[in-house]
Amino acid sequence: MDLAPIGDDWVLLTEAPIGVDRAASWIVTSTCGAAVTFAGTVRDHSEGREGVSELTYEAYAEQVEPRLLAICAAARDRWPELGRTVIWHRIGRLELTEASVICAASSPHRPEAFHAARFLIDTVKATVPIWKRETWQDGSDWSLCDHEVDEVELSESARRALEEEIDRRAGVLSPPVHPEPHR
Amino acid sequence: MVELATLRLFGPAREAAGTDRFEFEATTVADLMSEASRRFGVDFDRVLGRSRLWVNGEPAGGERTIDDTDEVAVVPPVSGG
Repeated sequence: MDLAPIGDDWVLLTEAPIGVDRAASWIVTSTCGAAVTFAGTVRDHSEGREGVSELTYEAYAEQVEPRLLAICAAARDRWPELGRTVIWHRIGRLELTEASVICAASSPHRPEAFHAARFLIDTVKATVPIWKRETWQDGSDWSLCDHEVDEVELSESARRALEEEIDRRAGVLSPPVHPEPHR
Repeated sequence: MVELATLRLFGPAREAAGTDRFEFEATTVADLMSEASRRFGVDFDRVLGRSRLWVNGEPAGGERTIDDTDEVAVVPPVSGG
């Protein structure tokens, strides 16, 4: 893991492996009695494709972390009692069973943590510029489970707070990742 | 004035174009995209038809004016997670 958390929202786009243990322990605080961690992992099949052996993720890297922070801000808009949030996404080539994404949220009581963790992963899939290429027994191509990219919906005050947060983190966010494009 | 604007291409759009970055002379997003279509051909057009356009990370329409400080991106349907 190549970047330490900043504040209570830990967002990251990385080529390094990501693990649930670290996310699950980091979100626990003394004011939170509920901690929910979700991992999306590489499985051996997808829509119409058997024998999937690996995935390769590509991103518009410079735009990923600002959007991940916007998703955390949107979750805090909806559930102000949230304690900590995590969104980590892998990039590059991943083998079966590796985690491609981890989302986690903590809160004083369990409903908000469950709702927020679900919101984080659903909103990542809808709004973040990342593309998945699948290699399966009969070939290699882009995922068929794609969605026209959406914008993160934020209240005006949350939008202003997010802009300040991004300014505050300027120069601290991960440098852009430029993996060798998969041709 | 004609400016050299940067176009970034990702995922299926990058693959169809055969490059991940290009600079074109253009004053609007629409100009830039017609230049890109001419250069990259029908496979690219097919992806472009399913994609959104961003300028500096924000959605933008064809009428948006651009200069050499702007980065335009073709954002095909996303599949992260």
